[in-house]
This record gives sequence, structure tokens and C-alpha cells, in this order.
Amino acid sequence: MSKIIMGIESSCDETGVGLVRLHDDGTVELLADEVASSVEEHARFGGVVPEVASRAHLAAMAPTARRAFATAGLELRDVDAIAVTAGPGLAGALLVGVAAAKAYAAALDVPLYGVNHLAGHVAVDTLEHGPLPEPCLALLVSGGHTQLLRVDTVASKITELGSTVDDAAGEAYDKVARVIGLPYPGGPPIDKAAQQGDPAAIAFPRGMTGPRDAKFDFSFSGLKTAVARWVEAAERRGDAVPVDDVCASFQESVADVLTAKAVAAATEFGLPAMVISGGVAANSRLSALAAERCAAAGIELRVPRPRLCTDNGAMIAALGAHVVAAGISPSRPDFSAVPGLPVSTVTV
Amino acid sequence: MLLLALDTSTPAVTAGIASLDATSGAVDVLAEQVTVDARAHGELLTPQLTEAARMAGIKLRELDAVVCGAGPGPFTGLRVGMVTAAALGHGLGLPAYPVCGLDAIAAEATGEPLLVVTDARRREVYWARYDAKGVRVAGPAVSAPLDVPVADAVRVAGHGAQVYPDAFDLPVVAPSYPTPCGLVRVAAAAIAAGAEPEPLTPQYLRRPDAQEPGERKRVRQ
Repeated sequence: MSKIIMGIESSCDETGVGLVRLHDDGTVELLADEVASSVEEHARFGGVVPEVASRAHLAAMAPTARRAFATAGLELRDVDAIAVTAGPGLAGALLVGVAAAKAYAAALDVPLYGVNHLAGHVAVDTLEHGPLPEPCLALLVSGGHTQLLRVDTVASKITELGSTVDDAAGEAYDKVARVIGLPYPGGPPIDKAAQQGDPAAIAFPRGMTGPRDAKFDFSFSGLKTAVARWVEAAERRGDAVPVDDVCASFQESVADVLTAKAVAAATEFGLPAMVISGGVAANSRLSALAAERCAAAGIELRVPRPRLCTDNGAMIAALGAHVVAAGISPSRPDFSAVPGLPVSTVTV
Repeated sequence: MLLLALDTSTPAVTAGIASLDATSGAVDVLAEQVTVDARAHGELLTPQLTEAARMAGIKLRELDAVVCGAGPGPFTGLRVGMVTAAALGHGLGLPAYPVCGLDAIAAEATGEPLLVVTDARRREVYWARYDAKGVRVAGPAVSAPLDVPVADAVRVAGHGAQVYPDAFDLPVVAPSYPTPCGLVRVAAAAIAAGAEPEPLTPQYLRRPDAQEPGERKRVRQ
């Protein structure tokens, strides 16, 4: 008997409700993936405002769930289990999803699993490319996270190999966009401008790549400052800022460091496959350079389509399906949202 | 009619099952679960409402409606009750009625003109004023305790009077927090009439603390 799993996500600025079917053979099929985003409400502030996000989650939660059931052509009573993001994320935002999930689970009398958002970013790949080759390496890159993970079993055993010591990669994109007058969020406009620019025009630094730096950690704060310094120096000289070259050179630095460290980690730990997920996985240069370097190193590269890489409920439903399939116990009814949930804790 | 009443607009996490006689308006609380812990709304609300249903000997699917305190209240806790009501309403196919939490306190203290105050944090209170019949005549609003217009109120209810004991020179009466009975009483007429519920929109009374960025700081060369 296949099972229907509902997934609820509210860790940042996207309210997501996903529905998947867990088949008897362990494969997971996407049935609905509805997202309501508050990104436009945050744009004028230049970043996500937690209270604005939390208010938007409350307003969007039940309507988004209704849309998901309508899209999937399912009834609420078809649901066999619910998974919800327990963390990491913004405390007030997480709480809306957790409270909603507890209420849905009580209403439908089904088990509830509080799960890890980061593990969801890995699990979502199974909706597109089938079962994960485990163990594998995962590179998670978004506005809030930049991490290298060793995934032995997505439902229960994930180990952090490295992470950013300051800004997330997506955060660096937002800050650089502000320096050169491009809109928030910065990823898409910088990627677009970079297509017209020369990635070798400016030698921006590669953070944390010195001989004494932690091999699998990242730093993007210095890169952001280097871009600002270069742009301001050009302005002071009265030169026109070559926005396309700045974008291409900045993007090259980000993609270079991310892919070099990811490939090095996969090689060192003997991991034959790599998943890249999170909002920045949609970046064209990151995926192109990753494809090139993985091919050269003999690593199978899996990048879910952009719609699945950004935050959504389908990824939480997908992870929930793997957790259910693994026979893991449901969460206690009084479990808490955990803003700093470590990636090693896949279920709470 | 069988009703579930919820409130998370104060430090109390409140859930109760009540029956409402749609003809007489009589309210009978069958079971309630209340914990005073401002940091446990998200943890406890649903376990408490399922326990209240168990104590009342009913299944959630036997309910006819949900009543939820819509604040005013501190935002993070307030949203727990509101989203729980929204999800239960969707999940069980029930109407969910928002009511003003201050009105629910006043509904249990009718008789003489009344001031209701609850803690809004940041040295402020949420307040509303009621006439002898329990009709709200001012508020809800948020003010510093000493700026609350007491006017003709002769009593004060709500835990704001305990948080700021020197600010209100009035006899303190119960209740301190919205009760299941008070919540149901406020919504009783609409529920009995089968009225379409208002949208489940919380009364925040404050804008988010967020400022648009000014000129970007320059880096040091």
C-alpha cells in the first residue's frame, strides 16, 4: 500500500505545502508543491524581516494547504503522515509551520514528524532523480546556508563536513547586488549580468583557501568587502563601474570555491556522487563549473530543477517519506521548533 | 453544539471543550487545559486541546466550530493559536471564529464598567474598556500603563493589572486570562446563527520593527 505524506515548510520567507506518494518500492512521487512567498514584502528592507515573514506564514498557511490538495486531487483524509520543518530557521517563522502541522496531525489523526530543513534540501533530489546513491556528498547553498554534508542515510545519518564561517553564499549575492545597485534578491540579476561579463576581468579573492584554512569551510564576507572596495575605488576615480565584469568575476570566485571544496571533499571521503541543492544551486555558473569538475573527477552530479532547489513543502514531504519508509518513530506531540537544529539531527 | 476554544494571546496556553445551547445561549465547559508558560505555546497547545477532547469524551471530528482568541497579544505566541485554529478549521472542515481576547476576559466579568489590560511587553499593555453591560466602548489599543484612559471604569481585569500593580488604582477582578467560557460567550451569537466567520486575522496593533536601509556604508579603503 502506497502512502501519502504531507510536508509543511516555514523556516524562512516561503510558506510551502507539498504532497508526495511513497510507493511500496521506496520511490517517492511528487503530487503537489505549493509555495506562497513573502519575498516581495522583504525587498524594500534588503533582506528577510522575521516578523514580516511570520505574519505572511500565518496568512498563507491554510490557503497554501488547500491549493496543494486541489492540485494533487487528494482529500485531507488521504494523508497517512505529516512532516514539518522543525529547524533550522527563523524561530517565529518555524513556529507557525510547527503549530499548523500539529493541528493538521491532530485533526487527521496521523503521525507527525518534525524534520530537518537541510536534510529536506538533500531528500528533494529523490523526487527528480530517484533513490540517492548513499553515501554521497551534498553541497547546500542558499541565502541562509552554505554547507558540505556527508549523507550516509538521508533519513537518519548526515554529517557536516564544513560550513560558512560568516555569510552564506546567497547572502553574499544579496550584499554585492546592493553594492552595485542591482535588486534584492541578488542571485538572479547578478547571474544575468555575469553572462555578459568577463569572469577573469577582476581577481577577487577566494576565501578560506589558504594552506592553514579549514579545508571544507567557507567564507564570503571578505569577498563581499573586496567587491565593495573595488567598486568604490572605481567610483572615486570617476570610472564607470563595469557591472557585468564585476558580476562575472564575483560569481566566478563563489562558484570556484564552492565547487573546488565540494569536489575535494567527495574525493577525500570517497563519495561517488554529489547533490547540489538550495536556492544558489539555480546559479548557472555554479552548476556549469560543478558539472565540469565532477566529470573530471568521476563524480556523479545531481542538481534538482530550480523549483525544487529553493525552499518548498515538497522537500519536507520527500524527507518525511524517507523517514516513514525507514520506520523512524514520530515526534513527541510537544516537540519544539529548534532554530539552530544541527544537520546531524534529521528528526526531532 | 460542541465547540473547541483556544487562546494564546497571553502567557496562558488555553484550550477547552464547551457545549453551547444555540437557543438559550447557555455555555457549559466540559473540559479545559490551561498552562501558564509564555514560552510553550507552540509546544503545548495541540497536546492540550487533544487532552481536553479526551477528558470531555469526544473526538475532534464531532466538533461544530472552533473559537480562537485573535489578540491583541505578543505576536509569536498569538500566531500559534491562530494558525492552529486555521489548520483545525481546514483539517476538520469546521468554521473557525476569531474573537478579541480582551472581550473574552470582559465576558466573564460583566456588571459594572470594566477596564481589561494584558501585558504587551516593552513596558506597554493592551487594553479595552467595557460598559456595565459588557459592551466594548474603547480599544483595543496598546499604550504605556499610565497612559491608559481609565474613564468611568470601576474595576480592572486581565493579568496586565498584576504585571503593573501600581498603574491601575482599581479593584482587580477575575479572570486574568481569556477563558474557554469567555471565548465561547463572545462568539456564541455568531455561531448559533451560523454566521460566516470573520477572517482569522490577528490583532497585532503594532507594525513589525523593521527599517528600510539608508545609504549603504562605505568600506574603508
